[in-house]
Amino acid sequence: MTIFLNAASRVIVQGMTGSEGQKHTARMLASGTQIVGGVNPRKAGESVSFDVEGKTRTIPVFGTVADAMAATGADVSVVFVPPPFAKAAVMEAIDAAMPLVVIITEGIPVADTAVFTAYALEKGTRTLGPNCPGVISPGQSNVGITPATITGPGPIGLVSKSGTLTYQMMHELRDLGFTTCVGIGGDPVVGTTHIDCLAAFQADPDTKAIVMIGEIGGDAEERAAAYVKEHVSKPVVGYVAGFTAPEGKTMGHAGAIVSGSAGTAEAKRVALEAAGVRVGTTPSETARLVREILRA
Amino acid sequence: MDLYEYQARDLFERHGVPVLEGIVATTPADARAAAAKIGGTVVVKAQVKVGGRGKAGGVKLAHTPEEAEAAAAAILGMDIKGHTVRRVMIAAGARIEDEYYFSLLLDRSTRRYLAMCSVEGGVEIEVLAVERPESLAKVDVDPRVGIDAAKAAEIVAAAGFAPGVAGAVADALVRLGEVYTREDATLVEVNPLVRTADGAIIALDGKVTLDDNARFRHPDHESLADIDATDPLERLAGEKGLNYVKLDGEVGIIGNGAGLVMSTLDVVALAGKDLGVKPANFLDIGGGASAQVMADGLEIILGDAQVKSVFVNVFGGITSCVEVARGIVAALEILGDHATKPIVVRLDGNSVVEGREILTAAKHPLVTVVDTMDAAAARAAELAAA
Repeated sequence: MTIFLNAASRVIVQGMTGSEGQKHTARMLASGTQIVGGVNPRKAGESVSFDVEGKTRTIPVFGTVADAMAATGADVSVVFVPPPFAKAAVMEAIDAAMPLVVIITEGIPVADTAVFTAYALEKGTRTLGPNCPGVISPGQSNVGITPATITGPGPIGLVSKSGTLTYQMMHELRDLGFTTCVGIGGDPVVGTTHIDCLAAFQADPDTKAIVMIGEIGGDAEERAAAYVKEHVSKPVVGYVAGFTAPEGKTMGHAGAIVSGSAGTAEAKRVALEAAGVRVGTTPSETARLVREILRA
Repeated sequence: MDLYEYQARDLFERHGVPVLEGIVATTPADARAAAAKIGGTVVVKAQVKVGGRGKAGGVKLAHTPEEAEAAAAAILGMDIKGHTVRRVMIAAGARIEDEYYFSLLLDRSTRRYLAMCSVEGGVEIEVLAVERPESLAKVDVDPRVGIDAAKAAEIVAAAGFAPGVAGAVADALVRLGEVYTREDATLVEVNPLVRTADGAIIALDGKVTLDDNARFRHPDHESLADIDATDPLERLAGEKGLNYVKLDGEVGIIGNGAGLVMSTLDVVALAGKDLGVKPANFLDIGGGASAQVMADGLEIILGDAQVKSVFVNVFGGITSCVEVARGIVAALEILGDHATKPIVVRLDGNSVVEGREILTAAKHPLVTVVDTMDAAAARAAELAAA
């Protein structure tokens, strides 16, 4: 099994008609994702054609998320809508009772994210992101911008704040493969947390080991460590980026800032190791630890 | 973006938070004029984005415009914890009866807002939180609501304000909540919030952090950016739309994606530990590594005199390594004789074989292609130490 996403997932794209949306819809189609519709209120009734490995795939555009769900039975929405309009797009998907909303958009004001995240938690919609690469269950479905060609299905579950570091880790362990790789995003407020993913991987019988990638800022890794200690019996290998980051400087991700003593990479490493998580000092060492565990 | 006290004061005033008169000055003469305009006793306060300025001598009382001028002359140019004082604020004096504390901030663990309030203000709040946590009220705030009258009353009650001041404090909190939501702040802190001898509630000193992601709906926030406090290379990078942070080291770093770049810094630091070299910067060129972006990135890094070698670490996800390799080759052509330092390149991912071939075929004397991140970091560290 996988978590959050599988071959049966039916996906709509909010912002499919924009340039980013079109580019990534084509990539998702090429990686086998069942894209069943797009949403754009100004282009309802139209359709968009994509060239997928020489074949033309035509995807209908709906005026609202609710219309798209009613017509297609979609259970996942992926959002490529630009920051000024992202909040309204996500709120609309939540109002339509979409089970999973994956928000790729980077640069959403945190107040907007806080509002739609609070609403999603209340209504029972799972949001993933924002500012994340999305989720891929290799060989089954890929929602977001993760390259589908790095690796295939296998026994590892991966959860990460960072996009390219996710790709790096998938690449390091490409011969083994993954059940699902989840990029939760690096913003200060995210809809799906490390803990949500750990719980899902723990419950998934096909996931034999879990890789958790964190980075400086906040205390999500520390809370995840406490969760592992209490609730996760599967082996967990951790990696934390940002040991050399100076205090008070933002390192690219809005959330990746060290202020005061909390949130440092060292504090996170100590917390993870205290919870029985083996922590690699580099991506390659982290991959080695995963191999040792799976071989044992 | 963190604001200076005077900028926070101005925002407070705009949203109806009671503040004292305050005028910013960059010269002693301006300080004197400001003190004369305000009249009476004033306080000359260093404007720096760091705590502890009072202890450092950055806050002085002045009874006359002449004293204000002298105080400003002493404070301007002063170094407070590595921050040079470029401005002072001349603030009206007040007879303070009581000092309180208030802050509203994003709470990443609950993904909501958190209001903190205490009737014991004017102290280091971190110290209070540790030594007397019971005196610091913490109240959850729903981001969809913010601080309305009911929430303000709840906060004031939790902090234990006396009935005589509770109403006025609650009014101030509603206004401060407006500053937070209407200006897209991630922190609004008032320390101290005071009650003066005539019973007024005043925000005497404020800290505000604004959300840079919300800049698109606050064009006026652009003018609050602090250009002269920014490192010149960081400023140049900002103008070119690159995410660059200057550090103290010898190995210049270029990579794609914040997480991978942070990881690259760590791997280089580890590789350079015994050689006495460190990463020189954080530079994330993002998803599209075009020739121009690569040239801009290399130009900034080569502009750092401390840099001895450069490590380009790219994992081609959406971006093809072919594009990245062409970008590097073209960037070196653009830079010509300005490119003088050895460059170690590690490419992986999308079209890696073709990308490496392009670099190998180009045979640029400065470029070394190394297959893995660890080996490339080691090579870049060796070159920097040589």
